Amino acid sequence: MNPAPALLAALAFATALATGGRLLVWQAERVPDTGSVFDLLLGESRRAFAMHAFIKADAYFHSGFYPSVFDLAQVADRNKTHLEESIKSAGNEHHDHDAKPAPARDWLEAFGNHFHPSQHRHLERFGDEREILPWLRLAAELDPQRVETYTVAAFWLRDRLNKVNDAEQFLREGLRANPQSYEILYELGRLYAENDRDVPRARAVLELAIERWLKQEARKADPDKQGYGQILAQLADLEERAGNLDRALAHFARLKQVSPAPETVQKRIDELLARQGRPR
Amino acid sequence: MNTIWALAKIVVLEMIRRKDFYVLFILTVLLTGMAGSVNLFNDHSIVRYLKEICLLLIWVASLVIAITCTARQIPMEREQRTIFPLLAKPVTRAQFLLGKFLGCWVATGLALLVFYLFFGVVSASREQHWPVLNYLQAGFLHWLMLGIVIAATLLGSIVFAAPSSNGTICFVCVAGILLLGRHLNKVALGLAEPLQSLLYGIYFVIPHLELFDVRDLITHNWDLIPGGVMALAILYAATYTAFLLTAAWLVFRRRPLN
Repeated sequence: MNPAPALLAALAFATALATGGRLLVWQAERVPDTGSVFDLLLGESRRAFAMHAFIKADAYFHSGFYPSVFDLAQVADRNKTHLEESIKSAGNEHHDHDAKPAPARDWLEAFGNHFHPSQHRHLERFGDEREILPWLRLAAELDPQRVETYTVAAFWLRDRLNKVNDAEQFLREGLRANPQSYEILYELGRLYAENDRDVPRARAVLELAIERWLKQEARKADPDKQGYGQILAQLADLEERAGNLDRALAHFARLKQVSPAPETVQKRIDELLARQGRPR
Repeated sequence: MNTIWALAKIVVLEMIRRKDFYVLFILTVLLTGMAGSVNLFNDHSIVRYLKEICLLLIWVASLVIAITCTARQIPMEREQRTIFPLLAKPVTRAQFLLGKFLGCWVATGLALLVFYLFFGVVSASREQHWPVLNYLQAGFLHWLMLGIVIAATLLGSIVFAAPSSNGTICFVCVAGILLLGRHLNKVALGLAEPLQSLLYGIYFVIPHLELFDVRDLITHNWDLIPGGVMALAILYAATYTAFLLTAAWLVFRRRPLN
Protein backbone atom coordinates (compact mmCIF):
# COMPACT_ATOMS: atom_id res chain seq x y z
CA MET A 1 0.00 0.00 0.00
CA ASN A 2 1.32 3.43 -0.91
CA PRO A 3 1.54 5.59 2.25
CA ALA A 4 1.97 8.90 0.32
CA PRO A 5 -1.75 9.91 0.12
CA ALA A 6 -2.26 9.27 3.84
CA LEU A 7 0.86 11.26 4.68
CA LEU A 8 -0.26 14.10 2.43
CA ALA A 9 -3.69 14.13 4.06
CA ALA A 10 -2.12 14.15 7.53
CA LEU A 11 0.18 17.00 6.50
CA ALA A 12 -2.75 19.01 5.09
CA PHE A 13 -4.77 18.39 8.27
CA ALA A 14 -1.87 19.49 10.47
CA THR A 15 -1.35 22.64 8.36
CA ALA A 16 -5.06 23.44 8.51
CA LEU A 17 -5.10 23.03 12.30
CA ALA A 18 -2.01 25.19 12.77
CA THR A 19 -3.19 27.92 10.39
CA GLY A 20 -6.72 27.83 11.81
CA GLY A 21 -5.40 28.22 15.35
CA ARG A 22 -3.18 31.10 14.29
CA LEU A 23 -6.08 32.79 12.51
CA LEU A 24 -8.30 32.43 15.57
CA VAL A 25 -5.63 34.05 17.76
CA TRP A 26 -5.20 36.86 15.21
CA GLN A 27 -8.95 37.39 15.00
CA ALA A 28 -9.31 37.42 18.78
CA GLU A 29 -6.64 40.10 18.92
CA ARG A 30 -8.27 42.19 16.22
CA VAL A 31 -12.03 42.07 16.67
CA PRO A 32 -12.32 43.96 19.97
CA ASP A 33 -10.68 46.92 18.17
CA THR A 34 -13.81 49.08 18.31
CA GLY A 35 -16.37 46.41 18.98
CA SER A 36 -18.55 47.80 16.18
CA VAL A 37 -20.42 45.73 13.63
CA PHE A 38 -18.84 47.79 10.85
CA ASP A 39 -15.37 46.87 12.03
CA LEU A 40 -16.28 43.21 12.01
CA LEU A 41 -17.92 43.37 8.58
CA LEU A 42 -15.74 45.86 6.72
CA GLY A 43 -12.39 45.75 8.50
CA GLU A 44 -10.13 48.66 7.63
CA SER A 45 -12.14 49.48 4.51
CA ARG A 46 -14.72 51.08 6.82
CA ARG A 47 -12.46 54.16 6.89
CA ALA A 48 -12.88 54.60 3.15
CA PHE A 49 -16.65 54.24 3.55
CA ALA A 50 -16.54 56.77 6.38
CA MET A 51 -14.79 59.23 4.09
CA HIS A 52 -17.49 58.59 1.51
CA ALA A 53 -20.22 59.23 4.10
CA PHE A 54 -18.50 62.49 5.09
CA ILE A 55 -18.34 63.59 1.45
CA LYS A 56 -21.99 62.61 1.11
CA ALA A 57 -22.80 65.01 3.96
CA ASP A 58 -20.93 67.70 2.03
CA ALA A 59 -22.91 66.85 -1.11
CA TYR A 60 -26.14 67.13 0.89
CA PHE A 61 -24.97 70.50 2.20
CA HIS A 62 -24.87 71.61 -1.45
CA SER A 63 -28.29 70.07 -2.23
CA GLY A 64 -26.75 67.36 -4.36
CA PHE A 65 -24.66 69.72 -6.50
CA TYR A 66 -21.25 68.18 -6.02
CA PRO A 67 -18.30 67.35 -8.24
CA SER A 68 -17.78 63.69 -9.06
CA VAL A 69 -14.42 61.95 -8.72
CA PHE A 70 -13.96 62.55 -12.45
CA ASP A 71 -14.52 66.30 -12.02
CA LEU A 72 -12.22 66.44 -9.01
CA ALA A 73 -9.49 64.70 -10.96
CA GLN A 74 -9.42 67.67 -13.33
CA VAL A 75 -9.09 70.38 -10.69
CA ALA A 76 -6.33 71.18 -8.22
CA ASP A 77 -6.00 69.13 -5.04
CA ARG A 78 -8.37 70.02 -2.29
CA ASN A 79 -7.92 68.65 1.17
CA LYS A 80 -10.93 70.12 2.90
CA THR A 81 -14.58 69.54 2.03
CA HIS A 82 -16.88 72.51 1.44
CA LEU A 83 -18.66 71.68 4.68
CA GLU A 84 -15.51 72.25 6.74
CA GLU A 85 -14.66 75.43 4.81
CA SER A 86 -18.19 76.70 5.29
CA ILE A 87 -17.83 76.32 9.06
CA LYS A 88 -14.64 78.35 8.98
CA SER A 89 -16.44 81.11 7.07
CA ALA A 90 -19.36 80.89 9.55
CA GLY A 91 -21.77 79.47 7.02
CA ASN A 92 -21.50 82.27 4.49
CA GLU A 93 -21.17 81.20 0.89
CA HIS A 94 -17.65 82.55 0.74
CA HIS A 95 -15.79 79.31 0.74
CA ASP A 96 -13.74 78.40 -2.24
CA HIS A 97 -15.81 76.91 -5.05
CA ASP A 98 -17.48 77.99 -8.20
CA ALA A 99 -20.95 79.43 -7.85
CA LYS A 100 -21.74 78.43 -11.45
CA PRO A 101 -21.20 74.98 -12.95
CA ALA A 102 -18.36 74.54 -15.41
CA PRO A 103 -19.47 74.99 -19.05
CA ALA A 104 -20.67 71.78 -20.71
CA ARG A 105 -18.14 70.00 -22.91
CA ASP A 106 -20.70 68.87 -25.49
CA TRP A 107 -24.43 69.02 -26.27
CA LEU A 108 -25.10 65.74 -24.48
CA GLU A 109 -23.55 67.01 -21.27
CA ALA A 110 -25.49 70.29 -21.60
CA PHE A 111 -28.69 68.30 -22.06
CA GLY A 112 -27.81 65.99 -19.15
CA ASN A 113 -27.33 68.96 -16.81
CA HIS A 114 -31.12 69.34 -16.70
CA PHE A 115 -31.46 65.96 -14.99
CA HIS A 116 -29.26 66.43 -11.95
CA PRO A 117 -28.51 69.34 -9.61
CA SER A 118 -26.37 71.75 -11.58
CA GLN A 119 -26.54 74.94 -9.55
CA HIS A 120 -24.76 75.84 -6.37
CA ARG A 121 -27.19 75.96 -3.47
CA HIS A 122 -26.57 75.66 0.26
CA LEU A 123 -28.93 73.79 2.55
CA GLU A 124 -28.80 76.50 5.19
CA ARG A 125 -30.61 78.90 2.88
CA PHE A 126 -33.66 76.70 3.36
CA GLY A 127 -33.08 75.86 7.02
CA ASP A 128 -32.50 72.22 6.16
CA GLU A 129 -29.05 71.78 7.70
CA ARG A 130 -30.32 68.81 9.69
CA GLU A 131 -30.28 66.75 6.49
CA ILE A 132 -26.48 66.35 6.63
CA LEU A 133 -26.63 64.71 10.06
CA PRO A 134 -27.43 61.09 9.06
CA TRP A 135 -24.26 60.93 6.96
CA LEU A 136 -22.11 62.42 9.71
CA ARG A 137 -23.59 59.92 12.17
CA LEU A 138 -22.79 57.10 9.75
CA ALA A 139 -19.26 58.44 9.21
CA ALA A 140 -18.71 58.42 12.97
CA GLU A 141 -20.02 54.87 13.25
CA LEU A 142 -17.77 53.72 10.44
CA ASP A 143 -14.64 55.50 11.60
CA PRO A 144 -14.78 56.71 15.21
CA GLN A 145 -11.19 57.97 14.90
CA ARG A 146 -12.14 60.61 12.35
CA VAL A 147 -12.15 63.75 14.48
CA GLU A 148 -13.63 66.14 11.86
CA THR A 149 -16.88 64.19 11.85
CA TYR A 150 -17.54 65.08 15.49
CA THR A 151 -16.46 68.72 15.25
CA VAL A 152 -18.43 69.39 12.06
CA ALA A 153 -21.60 67.67 13.32
CA ALA A 154 -21.33 69.43 16.69
CA PHE A 155 -21.01 72.81 14.97
CA TRP A 156 -24.25 72.35 13.01
CA LEU A 157 -26.10 70.81 15.93
CA ARG A 158 -25.06 73.57 18.33
CA ASP A 159 -24.83 76.64 16.15
CA ARG A 160 -27.61 76.16 13.60
CA LEU A 161 -30.03 73.60 14.97
CA ASN A 162 -29.91 74.69 18.61
CA LYS A 163 -29.43 71.10 19.75
CA VAL A 164 -26.82 71.79 22.39
CA ASN A 165 -27.37 68.62 24.40
CA ASP A 166 -27.09 66.42 21.32
CA ALA A 167 -23.94 68.28 20.26
CA GLU A 168 -22.38 67.76 23.70
CA GLN A 169 -23.32 64.09 23.73
CA PHE A 170 -21.82 63.58 20.26
CA LEU A 171 -18.62 65.41 21.19
CA ARG A 172 -18.28 63.31 24.34
CA GLU A 173 -18.73 60.21 22.19
CA GLY A 174 -15.94 61.52 19.96
CA LEU A 175 -13.76 62.25 22.95
CA ARG A 176 -14.17 58.69 24.22
CA ALA A 177 -12.96 57.42 20.84
CA ASN A 178 -10.22 60.10 20.57
CA PRO A 179 -9.17 61.01 24.10
CA GLN A 180 -6.14 62.99 22.87
CA SER A 181 -8.01 65.20 20.39
CA TYR A 182 -7.54 68.91 21.07
CA GLU A 183 -10.00 69.70 18.24
CA ILE A 184 -12.88 67.93 20.01
CA LEU A 185 -11.91 69.54 23.33
CA TYR A 186 -11.94 72.93 21.61
CA GLU A 187 -15.46 72.36 20.25
CA LEU A 188 -16.59 71.15 23.67
CA GLY A 189 -15.04 74.24 25.27
CA ARG A 190 -16.83 76.47 22.77
CA LEU A 191 -20.10 74.76 23.59
CA TYR A 192 -19.66 75.35 27.33
CA ALA A 193 -18.53 78.93 26.76
CA GLU A 194 -21.02 80.07 24.13
CA ASN A 195 -24.10 77.98 24.82
CA ASP A 196 -23.98 76.84 28.42
CA ARG A 197 -22.15 79.96 29.72
CA ASP A 198 -20.39 77.61 32.11
CA VAL A 199 -17.10 79.51 32.51
CA PRO A 200 -15.20 77.17 34.89
CA ARG A 201 -16.05 74.12 32.80
CA ALA A 202 -15.22 75.85 29.52
CA ARG A 203 -11.92 77.09 30.96
CA ALA A 204 -10.96 73.62 32.19
CA VAL A 205 -11.76 72.01 28.83
CA LEU A 206 -10.00 74.69 26.76
CA GLU A 207 -6.90 74.58 28.96
CA LEU A 208 -6.84 70.82 28.54
CA ALA A 209 -7.11 71.40 24.77
CA ILE A 210 -4.04 73.66 24.91
CA GLU A 211 -2.18 71.04 26.91
CA ARG A 212 -3.03 68.38 24.31
CA TRP A 213 -2.06 70.70 21.45
CA LEU A 214 1.33 71.43 23.03
CA LYS A 215 1.89 67.72 23.58
CA GLN A 216 1.02 66.72 20.00
CA GLU A 217 1.75 69.68 17.77
CA ALA A 218 4.36 71.92 19.37
CA ARG A 219 7.30 69.77 18.29
CA LYS A 220 6.07 69.25 14.75
CA ALA A 221 7.83 70.99 11.86
CA ASP A 222 4.48 72.31 10.61
CA PRO A 223 2.16 72.51 13.63
CA ASP A 224 -1.55 73.29 13.39
CA LYS A 225 -1.19 76.96 14.36
CA GLN A 226 -4.72 77.76 13.28
CA GLY A 227 -6.13 75.22 15.73
CA TYR A 228 -3.94 76.58 18.52
CA GLY A 229 -4.97 80.14 17.68
CA GLN A 230 -8.64 79.22 17.81
CA ILE A 231 -8.30 77.69 21.27
CA LEU A 232 -6.33 80.68 22.57
CA ALA A 233 -8.81 83.16 21.09
CA GLN A 234 -11.74 81.30 22.65
CA LEU A 235 -9.99 81.16 26.01
CA ALA A 236 -9.01 84.84 25.88
CA ASP A 237 -12.60 85.84 25.05
CA LEU A 238 -13.90 83.68 27.86
CA GLU A 239 -11.56 85.28 30.42
CA GLU A 240 -12.35 88.74 29.13
CA ARG A 241 -16.08 88.16 29.51
CA ALA A 242 -15.52 86.67 32.97
CA GLY A 243 -13.58 89.82 33.96
CA ASN A 244 -10.22 88.06 34.35
CA LEU A 245 -8.37 90.60 32.27
CA ASP A 246 -4.87 89.49 33.31
CA ARG A 247 -5.56 85.97 32.16
CA ALA A 248 -7.13 87.27 28.96
CA LEU A 249 -4.06 89.40 28.29
CA ALA A 250 -1.79 86.40 28.77
CA HIS A 251 -3.79 84.38 26.25
CA PHE A 252 -3.88 87.25 23.75
CA ALA A 253 -0.11 87.59 24.07
CA ARG A 254 0.31 83.92 23.15
CA LEU A 255 -2.24 84.27 20.38
CA LYS A 256 -0.30 87.17 18.86
CA GLN A 257 2.66 84.87 18.30
CA VAL A 258 0.72 82.43 16.13
CA SER A 259 -1.96 84.65 14.64
CA PRO A 260 -1.82 85.46 10.89
CA ALA A 261 -3.03 88.99 11.87
CA PRO A 262 -0.95 89.96 14.93
CA GLU A 263 -1.87 93.64 14.56
CA THR A 264 -5.57 92.82 15.21
CA VAL A 265 -4.62 90.88 18.31
CA GLN A 266 -2.43 93.78 19.45
CA LYS A 267 -5.46 96.10 19.15
CA ARG A 268 -7.40 93.82 21.50
CA ILE A 269 -4.44 93.81 23.90
CA ASP A 270 -4.33 97.60 23.81
CA GLU A 271 -8.06 97.79 24.50
CA LEU A 272 -7.73 95.52 27.49
CA LEU A 273 -4.76 97.46 28.81
CA ALA A 274 -6.75 100.65 28.42
CA ARG A 275 -9.64 99.12 30.36
CA GLN A 276 -7.23 98.18 33.11
CA GLY A 277 -5.83 101.70 33.07
CA ARG A 278 -2.33 100.41 32.43
CA PRO A 279 0.16 102.01 30.03
CA ARG A 280 0.46 100.32 26.56
CA MET B 1 -52.64 46.21 -32.40
CA ASN B 2 -55.15 43.80 -30.81
CA THR B 3 -52.72 40.92 -31.29
CA ILE B 4 -49.89 42.88 -29.67
CA TRP B 5 -52.12 43.91 -26.77
CA ALA B 6 -53.36 40.31 -26.27
CA LEU B 7 -49.75 39.09 -26.07
CA ALA B 8 -48.88 41.93 -23.70
CA LYS B 9 -51.79 41.09 -21.42
CA ILE B 10 -50.48 37.54 -21.02
CA VAL B 11 -47.09 38.89 -19.95
CA VAL B 12 -48.69 41.29 -17.45
CA LEU B 13 -50.84 38.51 -15.98
CA GLU B 14 -47.79 36.28 -15.69
CA MET B 15 -45.95 39.06 -13.82
CA ILE B 16 -48.88 39.48 -11.43
CA ARG B 17 -48.88 35.74 -10.74
CA ARG B 18 -45.14 35.55 -10.08
CA LYS B 19 -43.69 36.43 -6.67
CA ASP B 20 -40.75 38.60 -7.88
CA PHE B 21 -42.50 41.92 -7.48
CA TYR B 22 -44.04 41.12 -4.09
CA VAL B 23 -40.72 39.95 -2.64
CA LEU B 24 -38.88 43.03 -3.91
CA PHE B 25 -41.63 45.37 -2.72
CA ILE B 26 -41.67 43.85 0.78
CA LEU B 27 -37.86 44.07 0.89
CA THR B 28 -38.02 47.73 -0.13
CA VAL B 29 -40.63 48.45 2.55
CA LEU B 30 -38.65 46.61 5.23
CA LEU B 31 -35.30 48.22 4.41
CA THR B 32 -36.83 51.69 4.15
CA GLY B 33 -38.64 51.11 7.43
CA MET B 34 -35.41 50.03 9.10
CA ALA B 35 -33.57 53.08 7.81
CA GLY B 36 -36.42 55.31 8.97
CA SER B 37 -36.45 53.85 12.47
CA VAL B 38 -32.88 55.00 13.23
CA ASN B 39 -32.77 57.74 15.85
CA LEU B 40 -30.70 60.63 14.49
CA PHE B 41 -30.01 63.19 17.18
CA ASN B 42 -33.66 63.01 18.29
CA ASP B 43 -34.73 64.77 15.09
CA HIS B 44 -37.66 63.10 13.36
CA SER B 45 -37.95 65.58 10.51
CA ILE B 46 -34.77 64.41 8.76
CA VAL B 47 -36.02 62.91 5.51
CA ARG B 48 -33.59 63.26 2.61
CA TYR B 49 -31.42 60.26 3.50
CA LEU B 50 -34.60 58.19 3.73
CA LYS B 51 -35.79 59.42 0.34
CA GLU B 52 -32.42 58.58 -1.17
CA ILE B 53 -32.36 55.06 0.30
CA CYS B 54 -35.97 54.42 -0.75
CA LEU B 55 -35.35 55.65 -4.31
CA LEU B 56 -32.18 53.57 -4.59
CA LEU B 57 -34.11 50.47 -3.53
CA ILE B 58 -36.86 51.30 -6.04
CA TRP B 59 -34.30 51.65 -8.82
CA VAL B 60 -32.59 48.37 -7.99
CA ALA B 61 -35.92 46.54 -7.62
CA SER B 62 -37.31 47.93 -10.88
CA LEU B 63 -34.18 46.94 -12.81
CA VAL B 64 -34.30 43.43 -11.35
CA ILE B 65 -37.97 43.09 -12.28
CA ALA B 66 -37.51 44.52 -15.80
CA ILE B 67 -34.39 42.52 -16.72
CA THR B 68 -35.32 39.16 -15.19
CA CYS B 69 -38.88 39.32 -16.49
CA THR B 70 -37.83 40.25 -20.02
CA ALA B 71 -34.84 37.90 -20.20
CA ARG B 72 -36.97 34.82 -19.65
CA GLN B 73 -39.82 35.68 -22.06
CA ILE B 74 -38.52 34.24 -25.34
CA PRO B 75 -36.38 31.39 -23.89
CA MET B 76 -39.41 30.26 -21.82
CA GLU B 77 -41.67 30.25 -24.89
CA ARG B 78 -39.05 28.16 -26.67
CA GLU B 79 -38.48 25.79 -23.77
CA GLN B 80 -42.19 25.16 -23.27
CA ARG B 81 -42.63 24.99 -27.04
CA THR B 82 -45.55 27.45 -26.87
CA ILE B 83 -43.81 29.66 -29.42
CA PHE B 84 -44.66 27.25 -32.27
CA PRO B 85 -48.48 27.33 -31.97
CA LEU B 86 -48.25 31.06 -31.25
CA LEU B 87 -46.34 31.88 -34.43
CA ALA B 88 -48.36 29.36 -36.42
CA LYS B 89 -51.38 31.64 -35.86
CA PRO B 90 -51.57 34.87 -37.83
CA VAL B 91 -49.03 36.47 -35.49
CA THR B 92 -45.92 37.89 -37.10
CA ARG B 93 -42.56 37.83 -35.38
CA ALA B 94 -42.63 41.62 -35.14
CA GLN B 95 -46.00 41.48 -33.37
CA PHE B 96 -44.68 38.76 -31.08
CA LEU B 97 -41.68 40.92 -30.12
CA LEU B 98 -43.78 44.06 -29.70
CA GLY B 99 -46.28 42.14 -27.56
CA LYS B 100 -43.53 40.89 -25.32
CA PHE B 101 -42.00 44.35 -25.09
CA LEU B 102 -45.29 46.07 -24.33
CA GLY B 103 -46.21 43.44 -21.73
CA CYS B 104 -42.93 43.78 -19.87
CA TRP B 105 -43.01 47.56 -20.10
CA VAL B 106 -46.59 47.86 -18.85
CA ALA B 107 -45.92 45.35 -16.07
CA THR B 108 -42.86 47.27 -14.86
CA GLY B 109 -44.88 50.47 -15.15
CA LEU B 110 -47.52 49.02 -12.82
CA ALA B 111 -44.79 47.94 -10.41
CA LEU B 112 -43.30 51.44 -10.55
CA LEU B 113 -46.68 52.94 -9.75
CA VAL B 114 -46.88 50.94 -6.52
CA PHE B 115 -43.25 51.69 -5.65
CA TYR B 116 -43.61 55.45 -6.20
CA LEU B 117 -46.88 55.49 -4.25
CA PHE B 118 -44.99 53.96 -1.34
CA PHE B 119 -42.21 56.51 -1.82
CA GLY B 120 -44.76 59.31 -1.74
CA VAL B 121 -46.22 57.99 1.51
CA VAL B 122 -42.76 57.71 3.11
CA SER B 123 -41.84 61.20 1.97
CA ALA B 124 -45.14 62.75 3.07
CA SER B 125 -44.88 61.15 6.49
CA ARG B 126 -41.89 63.36 7.28
CA GLU B 127 -42.07 66.33 4.92
CA GLN B 128 -44.63 69.07 5.10
CA HIS B 129 -45.30 69.07 1.37
CA TRP B 130 -46.02 66.47 -1.29
CA PRO B 131 -44.70 67.49 -4.73
CA VAL B 132 -46.86 65.09 -6.74
CA LEU B 133 -45.84 66.54 -10.12
CA ASN B 134 -42.15 66.03 -9.36
CA TYR B 135 -42.78 62.43 -8.33
CA LEU B 136 -44.85 61.79 -11.46
CA GLN B 137 -42.09 63.27 -13.61
CA ALA B 138 -39.41 61.16 -11.89
CA GLY B 139 -41.55 58.02 -12.20
CA PHE B 140 -42.26 58.70 -15.87
CA LEU B 141 -38.58 59.24 -16.71
CA HIS B 142 -37.76 56.07 -14.77
CA TRP B 143 -40.35 54.19 -16.84
CA LEU B 144 -38.91 55.57 -20.11
CA MET B 145 -35.46 54.35 -19.05
CA LEU B 146 -36.89 50.91 -18.30
CA GLY B 147 -38.31 50.87 -21.83
CA ILE B 148 -34.78 51.10 -23.24
CA VAL B 149 -33.54 48.44 -20.80
CA ILE B 150 -36.41 46.10 -21.70
CA ALA B 151 -35.79 46.54 -25.43
CA ALA B 152 -32.06 45.84 -24.92
CA THR B 153 -32.82 42.74 -22.81
CA LEU B 154 -35.25 41.51 -25.45
CA LEU B 155 -32.50 41.83 -28.05
CA GLY B 156 -30.12 40.05 -25.67
CA SER B 157 -32.57 37.19 -25.16
CA ILE B 158 -32.41 36.50 -28.90
CA VAL B 159 -28.63 36.88 -29.20
CA PHE B 160 -27.51 35.06 -26.04
CA ALA B 161 -28.23 31.42 -25.34
CA ALA B 162 -29.41 31.43 -21.72
CA PRO B 163 -31.55 33.92 -19.77
CA SER B 164 -28.95 33.92 -16.98
CA SER B 165 -26.12 35.07 -19.23
CA ASN B 166 -28.38 37.65 -20.88
CA GLY B 167 -29.53 38.93 -17.51
CA THR B 168 -25.98 39.20 -16.18
CA ILE B 169 -24.73 41.02 -19.27
CA CYS B 170 -27.68 43.41 -19.17
CA PHE B 171 -27.16 44.14 -15.47
CA VAL B 172 -23.45 44.84 -16.00
CA CYS B 173 -24.10 47.12 -18.98
CA VAL B 174 -26.94 49.02 -17.29
CA ALA B 175 -24.96 49.48 -14.06
CA GLY B 176 -21.93 50.56 -16.07
CA ILE B 177 -23.90 53.16 -18.02
CA LEU B 178 -25.69 54.44 -14.91
CA LEU B 179 -22.44 54.84 -12.99
CA LEU B 180 -20.00 55.91 -15.69
CA GLY B 181 -22.01 57.00 -18.73
CA ARG B 182 -22.09 60.67 -17.71
CA HIS B 183 -18.33 60.79 -17.19
CA LEU B 184 -17.03 59.01 -20.29
CA ASN B 185 -16.40 62.32 -22.09
CA LYS B 186 -14.27 63.60 -19.20
CA VAL B 187 -12.25 60.39 -19.19
CA ALA B 188 -11.90 60.54 -22.99
CA LEU B 189 -10.48 64.07 -22.88
CA GLY B 190 -7.65 62.83 -20.68
CA LEU B 191 -6.63 60.12 -23.17
CA ALA B 192 -4.35 60.27 -26.19
CA GLU B 193 -5.59 59.72 -29.75
CA PRO B 194 -6.98 57.40 -31.13
CA LEU B 195 -8.35 56.23 -27.76
CA GLN B 196 -9.85 59.65 -27.16
CA SER B 197 -11.96 59.57 -30.33
CA LEU B 198 -12.90 55.95 -29.71
CA LEU B 199 -14.14 56.61 -26.17
CA TYR B 200 -15.87 59.83 -27.22
CA GLY B 201 -17.58 57.84 -29.98
CA ILE B 202 -18.77 55.27 -27.43
CA TYR B 203 -19.97 58.13 -25.23
CA PHE B 204 -22.23 59.43 -28.01
CA VAL B 205 -23.44 55.99 -29.14
CA ILE B 206 -24.50 54.38 -25.84
CA PRO B 207 -27.98 55.06 -24.53
CA HIS B 208 -27.49 57.45 -21.61
CA LEU B 209 -29.76 55.80 -19.09
CA GLU B 210 -28.45 58.10 -16.35
CA LEU B 211 -30.27 61.00 -18.02
CA PHE B 212 -33.50 59.51 -16.71
CA ASP B 213 -32.16 59.17 -13.18
CA VAL B 214 -33.48 62.26 -11.42
CA ARG B 215 -33.21 60.87 -7.90
CA ASP B 216 -30.98 63.74 -6.78
CA LEU B 217 -33.53 66.29 -7.96
CA ILE B 218 -36.26 64.53 -5.98
CA THR B 219 -34.14 63.93 -2.87
CA HIS B 220 -33.05 67.56 -2.65
CA ASN B 221 -36.41 69.10 -3.64
CA TRP B 222 -35.28 70.74 -6.89
CA ASP B 223 -37.74 72.26 -9.32
CA LEU B 224 -39.56 70.44 -12.12
CA ILE B 225 -37.68 69.75 -15.35
CA PRO B 226 -38.96 72.10 -18.11
CA GLY B 227 -41.48 70.70 -20.59
CA GLY B 228 -39.21 71.17 -23.62
CA VAL B 229 -36.43 69.15 -22.00
CA MET B 230 -38.94 66.46 -21.07
CA ALA B 231 -40.12 66.27 -24.68
CA LEU B 232 -36.52 65.80 -25.83
CA ALA B 233 -35.99 63.10 -23.18
CA ILE B 234 -39.09 61.26 -24.47
CA LEU B 235 -37.77 61.52 -28.04
CA TYR B 236 -34.34 60.28 -26.91
CA ALA B 237 -35.82 57.25 -25.10
CA ALA B 238 -38.22 56.49 -27.97
CA THR B 239 -35.37 56.58 -30.52
CA TYR B 240 -33.21 54.12 -28.58
CA THR B 241 -36.13 51.84 -27.76
CA ALA B 242 -37.20 51.77 -31.42
CA PHE B 243 -33.63 51.15 -32.56
CA LEU B 244 -33.14 48.24 -30.13
CA LEU B 245 -36.53 46.73 -30.98
CA THR B 246 -35.77 46.96 -34.69
CA ALA B 247 -32.40 45.27 -34.11
CA ALA B 248 -34.16 42.54 -32.10
CA TRP B 249 -36.67 42.04 -34.92
CA LEU B 250 -33.92 41.90 -37.57
CA VAL B 251 -32.11 39.18 -35.61
CA PHE B 252 -35.28 37.33 -34.63
CA ARG B 253 -36.87 37.14 -38.08
CA ARG B 254 -33.96 35.08 -39.45
CA ARG B 255 -33.43 32.98 -36.32
CA PRO B 256 -34.71 29.37 -36.33
CA LEU B 257 -37.15 28.84 -33.49
CA ASN B 258 -35.87 25.52 -32.17
